[in-house]
Amino acid sequence: MRHIISILLENEAGALSRVAGLFSARGYNIESLSVAPTEDPTLSRMTMVTRGSEEIIEQITKQLNKLVDVVKLLDLTEGDHIEREMMMVKTRVTGEGREEIKRLTDIFRGRIIDVTETTYTIELTGSADKLDAFIMAIKAPILETVRSGAAGISRGEKSLHV
Amino acid sequence: MSDSIVKLNGGEILVRFLHDEGVECIFGYPGGAVLHIYDAIYKQDKVKHILVRHEQGATHAADGYARATGKPGVVLVTSGPGATNAVTGIATAHLDSIPMVVITGQVATQFIGSDAFQEVDSVGITRPCVKHNFLVKRVEDIAVTLKKAFYVATTGRPGPVVVDIPKDITAPNVKVDYKYPETINIRSYNPVVKGHPKQIKQAVDIILSARQPMIYTGGGVVLSGAADEVTELARYLGYPITNTLMGLGAYPATDPLFVGMLGMHGTFEANMAMHQSDVLIAIGVRFDDRVTGDIEKFCPDAKIIHVDIDPSSISKNVRVDVPIVGDVKRVVRDINALLKEKSTKPDKEALAQWWGRIKGWQKENCLQYDRQCELIKPQYVIEKLYEVTKGDAFVTSDVGQHQMFAAQFYKFDKPRRWINSGGLGTMGFGLPAAVGVQLAYPDAPVACITGEASIQMCIQELSTCLQYSLPIKVVNLNNRYMGMVRQWQEFIYESRYSHSYMDALPDFVKLAEAYGHVGLKITDPKDVDDALNEAFGKYSDRLVFLDFETDQSENVYPMIKTGQGHHEMYLASERGRGLA
Repeated sequence: MRHIISILLENEAGALSRVAGLFSARGYNIESLSVAPTEDPTLSRMTMVTRGSEEIIEQITKQLNKLVDVVKLLDLTEGDHIEREMMMVKTRVTGEGREEIKRLTDIFRGRIIDVTETTYTIELTGSADKLDAFIMAIKAPILETVRSGAAGISRGEKSLHV
Repeated sequence: MSDSIVKLNGGEILVRFLHDEGVECIFGYPGGAVLHIYDAIYKQDKVKHILVRHEQGATHAADGYARATGKPGVVLVTSGPGATNAVTGIATAHLDSIPMVVITGQVATQFIGSDAFQEVDSVGITRPCVKHNFLVKRVEDIAVTLKKAFYVATTGRPGPVVVDIPKDITAPNVKVDYKYPETINIRSYNPVVKGHPKQIKQAVDIILSARQPMIYTGGGVVLSGAADEVTELARYLGYPITNTLMGLGAYPATDPLFVGMLGMHGTFEANMAMHQSDVLIAIGVRFDDRVTGDIEKFCPDAKIIHVDIDPSSISKNVRVDVPIVGDVKRVVRDINALLKEKSTKPDKEALAQWWGRIKGWQKENCLQYDRQCELIKPQYVIEKLYEVTKGDAFVTSDVGQHQMFAAQFYKFDKPRRWINSGGLGTMGFGLPAAVGVQLAYPDAPVACITGEASIQMCIQELSTCLQYSLPIKVVNLNNRYMGMVRQWQEFIYESRYSHSYMDALPDFVKLAEAYGHVGLKITDPKDVDDALNEAFGKYSDRLVFLDFETDQSENVYPMIKTGQGHHEMYLASERGRGLA
């Protein structure tokens, strides 16, 4: 099953490689990983999407918690949560295709953020499924895709903080 | 003295900190990146430095010191090859959860990343085999980083911590205020020590309901200093107890409740009792594959209670019914207290029947060997060593058949007496580990049980033994084979002994003499006793290398082959019938 795990990490050199190293050393699978500093400069927030049986996910959370640089951890999948991912797609579009891409982008509530005579670059935010669906829907040739990896937050009062 | 603030350079801070932290001796080897630190060591006499002959030896010696004393072992090595040579010893300590602080020199800050002379990414290389590691970037951070290192290494589930220090950080001309940091707080590191009362209550109810109980304890009991508590538990209940390889000595081996070691080369009775148990009380263990055999066949009818300080050890390999996260000593103490409050007692009749079955298995006499043999049997040497040392020596070992014979035949009654590389299985561990043990206990008998293959992996430490007058007794069970490799090849590869033969062996007697020690060669079973008596008597103040020429064909029994369960042991009495 797919799990989305949020981690508060000490914002220190090498902390990211401890997490990444743990996954490769123990043979766990990382689907996506995003990390950036938080409002507290000593902390980074990491969102990690992984897949595995309940036993494996239990081991993953335990092993992550064991890392000295991991301050706190939450498996967002255990409760209601919101998940977003940002994507930028550069497509080659000319002639009538340009209008169609524009319409499709509107339907997906994306924005065209860069335009040339032959290309559009579209920005789109949403769940991973929505981004996948957009890619499937595009008829024009895709020159480049870049995705941020998922970021997640729990709904309501629950929050991950020190 | 330690609360006053003084101005010191990085090297001085490091050495001063070690003294303030209570470190009496460190094991190391100098080199370019640590020369400032070595200069600071030269100028003081409070922290003793033990010069080894190879950095692997330094880590094993510090590890042996830590295992024997319970205090953290401390290592100092240089950058590059100094650090990489230490890696095997660091991994050895990591797998057995041994508290150790390894200080590695690093090239100067401005050269990091430039492929400078003797530069490796020590933090990167050691990351998967340490509990934690640090790179120090400012002189001001040395003391507080070292404090964190000792704190992390010695608390929770212990383990090795590496502190990498670039050369410029210890330069003599950069002086800063030093004050010993008495306490430290790491917000992201708070090991749970007290077990959850609800879980303990549930465990106690299950323990008392058992009809075929088994207590299975491991290295965690030794590390936590919980031998007394576990002994009290077993004796109060009258339940059978088995120890893992790492847990030997935590329960007295000569006690009638003790059914021997379990696992791949465990006793018939311990493994059968595990398989038939209805309640398994697992304490400070990690359900290692060498212990469980085939997981699918492991303790099929048992409710399992598991006490461990590391949450990630619980339900990792085997799903358990009652997990209790906490320090073993504290949790078992709580269990004992609650047991005594209860009016319910173990079912005496069921327990008597259970013991009846166990005694039946004991009749198999699974550790039997041919006592009439004209060749020296390795088991016989260990039995004699046990007698001559009155069962009270510190025994280190290397890895292989001799290690298993030692575990089976030397009956450890006290914790911290049996010192071996259980998890990583590091050949070459025994001699340097004995160096650490003998330094910690200069007057105690210390024996290193080894084989002619293992001993050659760190034999250079014989020189260290001479320098510090360490009267270790090296018991070399020399069968001219890598015995355990040969045994597997006999059982599994139709006796195709591929590269397991030790050809062109040195004359160990002459070798020992060349290193300034006493060497004895023993080829007749009749001479075993005398040689050991001579070593521990006449030569008690010398290192004696006892080279026993043993039976080449001897195997370790019982044996559970990979993929088999506890009830599927291969016994000595079945030899020659072939394996299924």
